[in-house]
Amino acid sequence: MSAVFDSLSRFYASSIGKKILVALTGLVLIGFVLGHMIGNLLIFVGRDAINEYGHMLQTALHGGGVWIARLGLLACVLIHVVATVSLTKASRAARPDAYGRHKAQVSSTASRTMIWSGLTILAFVVYHLLHFTAHVGNDYATYKTTLHGEAVHDVYRMVIAGFSWAPASIFYLIAMALLCSHLSHGFSSLFQTLGISTDKTEPVFKKAGYAFAGLIFAGNAAIVLSIWLFGYGS
Amino acid sequence: MSLDSHIPSGPMAMKWSKHKQDSKLINPKNKRKFTVLVVGSGLAGASAAATLSELGYKVKCFCFQDSPRRAHSIAAQGGINAAKNYQNDGDSVHRLFYDTVKGGDFRAREANVHRLSEVSVNIIDQCVAQGVPFAREYGGMLANRSFGGAQVSRTFYARGQTGQQLLLGAYSALNKEIAAGGVQMYPRTEMLDVVTVEGHAKGIITRNLVTGKIEAHAGDAVLLCTGGYGNVFYLSTNAMGCNVTATWRAHKKGAFFANPCYTQIHPTCIPVSGDYQSKLTLMSESLRNDGRVWVPKKKEDCGKAPSQIAEADRDYYLERKYPSFGNLAPRDISSRAAKEACDDGRGVGPGGRGVYLDFAEAISQFGAKTIAERYGNLFEMYERITGESAYKQPMRIYPAVHYTMGGLWVDYNLMSNLPGLHVLGEANFSDHGANRLGASALMQGLADGYFVIPTTIANYLVHQKPGSVTAEHPEFKKALEVCTAQTKGFLNSKGKRSVDSFHRELGLLVWDKCGMARTKEGLTEALKRIPELREEFKTNLLVPGSGDACNPELEKAGRVADFMEFAELLCLDARHREESCGGHFRSEYQYPDGEAKRDDENFCYAAAWEYTGDFGKPTLNKEPLSFEEVHLAVRSYK
Amino acid sequence: MSNLNLHLKVWRQNAGQPGHFQDIEAPEIPDHASFLEMMDIVNERLISKGQEPVAFDHDCREGICGACSMQINGVPHGPEKATTTCQLHMRKFRTGDTIWVEPFRAKAFPVIKDLVVDRGAFDRIQQAGGFVSVRTGAPQDANALPIGKETADAAMDAAECIGCGACVAACKNASAMLFVSAKAGQLNLLPQGQPEKDRRTLGMVRQMDKEGFGNCTNQYECEAACPKEISVRWITKLNRDYAVAAVKETFGNSRKEAGGGD
Repeated sequence: MSAVFDSLSRFYASSIGKKILVALTGLVLIGFVLGHMIGNLLIFVGRDAINEYGHMLQTALHGGGVWIARLGLLACVLIHVVATVSLTKASRAARPDAYGRHKAQVSSTASRTMIWSGLTILAFVVYHLLHFTAHVGNDYATYKTTLHGEAVHDVYRMVIAGFSWAPASIFYLIAMALLCSHLSHGFSSLFQTLGISTDKTEPVFKKAGYAFAGLIFAGNAAIVLSIWLFGYGS
Repeated sequence: MSLDSHIPSGPMAMKWSKHKQDSKLINPKNKRKFTVLVVGSGLAGASAAATLSELGYKVKCFCFQDSPRRAHSIAAQGGINAAKNYQNDGDSVHRLFYDTVKGGDFRAREANVHRLSEVSVNIIDQCVAQGVPFAREYGGMLANRSFGGAQVSRTFYARGQTGQQLLLGAYSALNKEIAAGGVQMYPRTEMLDVVTVEGHAKGIITRNLVTGKIEAHAGDAVLLCTGGYGNVFYLSTNAMGCNVTATWRAHKKGAFFANPCYTQIHPTCIPVSGDYQSKLTLMSESLRNDGRVWVPKKKEDCGKAPSQIAEADRDYYLERKYPSFGNLAPRDISSRAAKEACDDGRGVGPGGRGVYLDFAEAISQFGAKTIAERYGNLFEMYERITGESAYKQPMRIYPAVHYTMGGLWVDYNLMSNLPGLHVLGEANFSDHGANRLGASALMQGLADGYFVIPTTIANYLVHQKPGSVTAEHPEFKKALEVCTAQTKGFLNSKGKRSVDSFHRELGLLVWDKCGMARTKEGLTEALKRIPELREEFKTNLLVPGSGDACNPELEKAGRVADFMEFAELLCLDARHREESCGGHFRSEYQYPDGEAKRDDENFCYAAAWEYTGDFGKPTLNKEPLSFEEVHLAVRSYK
Repeated sequence: MSNLNLHLKVWRQNAGQPGHFQDIEAPEIPDHASFLEMMDIVNERLISKGQEPVAFDHDCREGICGACSMQINGVPHGPEKATTTCQLHMRKFRTGDTIWVEPFRAKAFPVIKDLVVDRGAFDRIQQAGGFVSVRTGAPQDANALPIGKETADAAMDAAECIGCGACVAACKNASAMLFVSAKAGQLNLLPQGQPEKDRRTLGMVRQMDKEGFGNCTNQYECEAACPKEISVRWITKLNRDYAVAAVKETFGNSRKEAGGGD
């Protein structure tokens, strides 16, 4: 047993080991981001559609499903963040003296700012959870509606109310832009770290990454903009 | 003094087998007690250090580069010969032996050459097992090509970087032994002197090039694997750091220097473009497999663009003079033919010192893609340096100093006349005679290191008490003082000229008087001028900086000081050898058609020079050469 | 041929002391000269003024030994693609240019003097597994082991690495992954390297981490800077080989642990 843990801790201690964990958790989070967006787009289908979706999430596995997902996602976020922060610190330490002139030849700005886009997204996630999940500083918890004769949380009204307030919408849009930037590098990068990329697939992963990042931004921004600027739902 | 080469008796083909049988063995337990000092980490040094460590000896290996992987063997491009006969084209150990003796213009020691040919096949096996990525055929078998003067395809290659790959192989073997604790590596450490105790080489003095510390290292035997002295010409294809210091200092401690006048001029180098030039770049002579060498027939065409010169006005002089070998004529012959064409006023490019190497025909025959596959990296290199594309216009090439066949005299065991001092690879004199064939340098370096010295060193060590001399011995103290004083001398010299300016002047002088063609008058003039220049070097040198830190100028000063002394021996040897052979061409000794005229009656010997304390008056010792297997004949490539 | 007038900003430093940029005027530099020959001319002039010349690493001057380094205008080995500093020629610059010349900067490459850095870390990584354990004299006949041309060519692509450290210098994280992956990849690809593949991979990566290099973030600046154009696909392979080796080490049967990094 301890031999396994020794090896695991050596794996985590190594640069490649940490990167593999970052890639694997990144893959999970990419899946989450996509599912989350598709669910939220139900708002354009109608009040009942998104409320039913919200109710389903809350009640799956007698209410345990959401906690399994939350804990799983929390673990992924923690590993993703702790490992990348530790990798970044090591990388900074690897060049204590800066160049007088340093010219990037091929890397994108997005790839060079992953830690900043990532940490901002983390701050956003905390805000987002306080805003829509823990309902801190608002009365969204009291929004109720009836669905199939059952009293359920009125997600639809909460979202409309949430994005009708400009500061929140602006922060959401900034966060989505940074997520887009983060994904534009992170998506294809994870295939490289997992040892999957080839000369032929790398360009495909790159383009797919840009497309995915754009899709996530467009989908999420559509919700915010249609409510905030075009008064959808009010 | 009589020179005993310790050549085993018996038929030529059996000598090495017999010698291995007769060689001494050292008990594995005792091997650990012996320390062997290996100076240099090129093909010979790295392979010797690794193999001796595998056998159980304690090895200390020294190199002046920052890593053993950077030794200049790395720059060899073309390939390595081996008598594998994988091509079924009639090759054999005997044929490789024959070609090498003949190619060396009958000035090599037959027994050594035969041994070299025998172990050539083992080298390829060894390198492949290490993971050296030699070129292969689709079926997975090793590919070969014909190379510089050979009529069979026996050259193994790894693109145009064979030396690099072989050195990285030897370096990996060295790393394996460093990791195992058998070899202690000293990078950025330059050897300054050999220490002899009661006539035996028992250690060396080194300078740490980072801290400047001068240190003594004692051992039971010393191996010099320090390469050639081509940089005496300043401009050569050698790396900037290549130097004669190790072998010259050993010579001054009693080791005989043999045949220094045998210097090889490589025919296919990029011509000099200006006086700021620091080195010459070699283009692999494999280019001659597909390139055709020519100059304009008429002097007045030399200024024209090559495309403006009609086919009928081109002189493909190698094909004309040597119909059976054509563009693949041996190096010395090709080089001299280029010089003759330029002397005739038909040279091309800046200063008229260049000839064309034209790929137009090969490109139209095989397509540019095939040519790019074969020589792509060489064409790119040419374009980077000259700004011209060899796909569109012919390359311009000119000969440059490339390799030195002369070196410290060694016997069949690779031991010099100084007991304990062994000399391997280019640093010794033994295998190439007056001229080295293409793709044979890599072969010799690895043969000496992997296969010869591991057997023969025991013949010396078995008579030694391990660890009998330590660095506390008074001889080491004395040598330390001498080296320290010399270093201080350079730093205290308050002259006006930089080391490089002296080196350039010396190089130009030696190239002019002792280069591709030599005369008695020219050499006599050089012998008058060199001591004068050496005197000026002593009084007018300026070396900034300090001795107890990294100081590249100080390193160069020590090396150039030795070149200044060595150059005199080089010219003396060239003047004494009143014949032309291989890389040594005396203008007075040639046939009416310009071919080299050997004098077997009077000069069929290796000239082993003994230091007497006066650079101008060394003692000549002769090792007569006899040819039992390959009969003396006029070398003809017509 | 024409001459260039250049302004240099050259890093000057003694080991263990802080360094600084020195402004050096370099008039009348022949455009056919190589970058190092330009430095030779500059040094010759410094010496004639009684000043200490700029120390820099160099040896073969034909792009193969990997000794020359220098960050030139923010790029390792300067602006020319697939070219070492020694093969960079001054015709790539224009008169009036200001040229920044700095050492390769990384914690694992401490400065010895001026532009000279200690790249011994690369040797130690190689010693942690960059070899096939074969004794001299032990091998079978070279053709007894057929290796397909594609495999041999690919191994040669990796083997072309000259160990100069440009990949480390170019990387914003000072990561050595391109070097390590090329060295491990050559042997991990060939049949000769299979018996020691896992040991080699674990050992070399651990030594790389121990030397203080940064982490790869898949931006491929290394590939763009590499004078031998080593592909980042070798990094892909190293990631894969490492994952496999680590899983085997963690969950497989016990055996002696790989060295390196301890």
